[in-house]
Amino acid sequence: MTTDKTQPTAVRKAEAGAPAPRTTLLRALTAAGGAAAVVSTFLAWTWTAEFPGDLTVYGYPGGLQLLTLVLGIATGVFALAALDLKGLRWLTPSGSTQALRMLALGTFAVTWFTVIAIAVDLDGLVNLEPGGWIAAVVTAVPVATTFLLPDDTRPLCRPKELPSWAEILIIAAVFAVGLYVVNYGIQTDADHPEPFIGYLIAVGFAAVALVKAGLISRVSELTNSYRSVTLVAALITAIVFPFFQDKSSFTELGVNIAIFATVALGLNIVVGLAGLLDLGYVAFLGVGAYTAALVSGSTASTIDVRFPFWAAVITGGVVSLIFGVVIGAPTLRLRGDYLAIVTLGFGEIFRLAMLNLDGTSGPSVTNGPDGIPNIPPLEIFGFNFNDEHSVGGISLDSNGNYYLLMLLVTVVVVLIFSRAGNSRIGRAWVAIREDETAATAMGINGFRVKLIAFALGATLAGVAGAVWAHFQSTVVPEQYVFAGPVPPNSTFLVAAVILGGMGTIGGPLLGATLLYLIPKKLEFLQDYQLLAFGVALILLMRFRPEGIVPNRRQQLEYHETGQLDVPGATGLKDGAVGVTKAEA
Amino acid sequence: MTTTTTSPVLTATGVTMRFGGLTAVQAVDLDVHPGEIVGLIGPNGAGKTTFFNCLTGLYVPTEGSVAYRGTVLPPKPHLVTQAGIARTFQNIRLFANMTVLENVLVGRHTRTKEGLWSALLRGPGFKRAEAASKARAMELLEFTGLADKADHLSRNLPYGEQRKLEIARALASDPGLLLLDEPTAGMNPQETRATEELVFAIRDLGTAVLVIEHDMRFIFNLCDRVAVLVQGQKLVEGTSEVVQSDERVIAAYLGTPFEGAPGAEEAAEVEAAEAGATPGATGGATQDGAQRGTTARTEDGQ
Repeated sequence: MTTDKTQPTAVRKAEAGAPAPRTTLLRALTAAGGAAAVVSTFLAWTWTAEFPGDLTVYGYPGGLQLLTLVLGIATGVFALAALDLKGLRWLTPSGSTQALRMLALGTFAVTWFTVIAIAVDLDGLVNLEPGGWIAAVVTAVPVATTFLLPDDTRPLCRPKELPSWAEILIIAAVFAVGLYVVNYGIQTDADHPEPFIGYLIAVGFAAVALVKAGLISRVSELTNSYRSVTLVAALITAIVFPFFQDKSSFTELGVNIAIFATVALGLNIVVGLAGLLDLGYVAFLGVGAYTAALVSGSTASTIDVRFPFWAAVITGGVVSLIFGVVIGAPTLRLRGDYLAIVTLGFGEIFRLAMLNLDGTSGPSVTNGPDGIPNIPPLEIFGFNFNDEHSVGGISLDSNGNYYLLMLLVTVVVVLIFSRAGNSRIGRAWVAIREDETAATAMGINGFRVKLIAFALGATLAGVAGAVWAHFQSTVVPEQYVFAGPVPPNSTFLVAAVILGGMGTIGGPLLGATLLYLIPKKLEFLQDYQLLAFGVALILLMRFRPEGIVPNRRQQLEYHETGQLDVPGATGLKDGAVGVTKAEA
Repeated sequence: MTTTTTSPVLTATGVTMRFGGLTAVQAVDLDVHPGEIVGLIGPNGAGKTTFFNCLTGLYVPTEGSVAYRGTVLPPKPHLVTQAGIARTFQNIRLFANMTVLENVLVGRHTRTKEGLWSALLRGPGFKRAEAASKARAMELLEFTGLADKADHLSRNLPYGEQRKLEIARALASDPGLLLLDEPTAGMNPQETRATEELVFAIRDLGTAVLVIEHDMRFIFNLCDRVAVLVQGQKLVEGTSEVVQSDERVIAAYLGTPFEGAPGAEEAAEVEAAEAGATPGATGGATQDGAQRGTTARTEDGQ
């Protein structure tokens, strides 16, 4: 094991030199188990097409069998990599056993979930064809064998230098795979929860396996060294997304995800960077949406003006900014939880005010509970957003148009976040969050800096709200609650930020995507959504308090024990690893 | 920084701080001149840190005023720092989750002006200012010997280096006066010695230093002038020799001999007796402490 020799400290006795025969046998058995799982997916698992996905056919896999197939292949390939098969060793830069365990568990979980779901949905084990039984048995084999394997976790070894075009190709491939995986999830059948649950199980286990194998670290090294390439790839991936959707409702999911992710990212400036807990953030979205609706020229609007779209967006942002300053100025002088309470109150006051500005309880502005419907479709330079347009032979419907517009807003917010965060003012925000007394002693005017963060967050929410009002073509007060089953609500946004990872760009985007998509796909969860939020957050705080996407600062925490920045580490260029990498 | 002027950098006049009925600091006057290292000592609870907090605007003094180069300072910490007084904290207060370099860059805050707009637009001015800040921060890390750890998180630094980083961060605001609150607390003799060198180097850069410390050897080696604070009042101020030989200082640290305590002759008798026969223990502590004098660390005295 040439890779092991370069990191002698972490290598166990059994692993040095040739592995023990028992280890080899177990790995071979794991590979065989993976192969058997693959074969089982070509059999029929049930006799009736009543179960979602077509699991009744001999000869090719369908529905949930595909997930077992993919994970089975992955288990087999990783087991072969563990067996030191030439050309596969690059798969496991930081050890194979942990990754194999996760893959085996994933295959097992998906398969057993499917089998049990068949039995439960169709009332009885009798509905299982022999294929289902075989799959259930053979997927248990790798689980047993991988848990008998010795742990061979080792520090990440240095990658072989690849030509830059190859590294860029790898980045492109990673994004393509990512797009495919996201697409698969979005396009699962919304009428049946089973395929999406299976998808979540598979993706969850596979992601952990990739982390354990060290592949994620490898890829993030690559993306860090090719920043602009990564950004372009991400942007292209996001732009082509609507062209891959065969149903308009899938694109609509994309629009909503883009909007909520953008708003969550705006909140991340306030919560993640400046450390100000804002529990009424959705009200700023509402301020922007209502302002844009009022000046949109809607027949229901009490103001008889029609602003062009850009002016409506700016108005929405500015009015939100004013509200942000009005709310922030008196409260940001205080420390601690006061701000959370005041913003919580502001969120509710906003909703109640919108309900009551209906001409009877108060001045007639918002039509009360009826809201402002009939917001005319957007038109920019004669480009009507509600019409279907054809771009180079591919047609984009209204949802696709709004998706691309919203993507533009997302990009702007990402740009603002990264630029503001990585500057004098961003450092001041983080310093205030870390230790306000020390920060003021360093000459930072705490109040001023916090107010800038708060107002910037409010403005971004206002801009997103303005776009959202046009997309929805109606605004009603009940959209802007503190907590509720339908996003956006303040709880949803705060949960997205915390779940994804505070202070990062990727975190809120991922958090909002998960929190929006999961309840959308699992409709039976709708009533329990808040309960699920609570459970998810408690589990997160216990097992991964930094969020799914850890902050750069948290990554740096591991620098001293991490190997890659230790200068003069031995065996930087390992011939054998290089060869296998080049072959791959 | 001109060291030739004789007008003081810091003038504290009649600073009084009361918390309800407790007077923590009472009518303390203190001047610090350019290029000077002034020590502030006193038993625990004498009000040294409270006095520091009054100087830096963390507390608003009940009475009295603090002036920097003749200008009376407003009691706002960030304005005090902007004026040119930087400080460190008794309990290290670094930004734990920021890197070493970022900590120092935060210290540059008052000496740079780039706001939100310039950060968003990233014009040439922003890049220039950012590069200049980084260069200055690296210079300071070089100066304190932390340059090779610039990318580490500050919470991962060993204790002594965290103290150094606090000093580097404070120096980043180009202060005319640096306030050090117990810079060697918890340090071993080597580290203390290194800190001493560092403070001398800072003085040589033209920054006046006011330092609180319990380590008497450190203070008397370092300081041109020492002020003693006891129960909120300034007892005595002068050179090391003056302070060391002042009986009131000895009394404040070690207590006065109690009524009927053995005098010198009696002590000699007792010692003779001890040498001869039974090991007696009368008044030993007081006597020993007094003989060792004020060069002893306070911990010994108490």
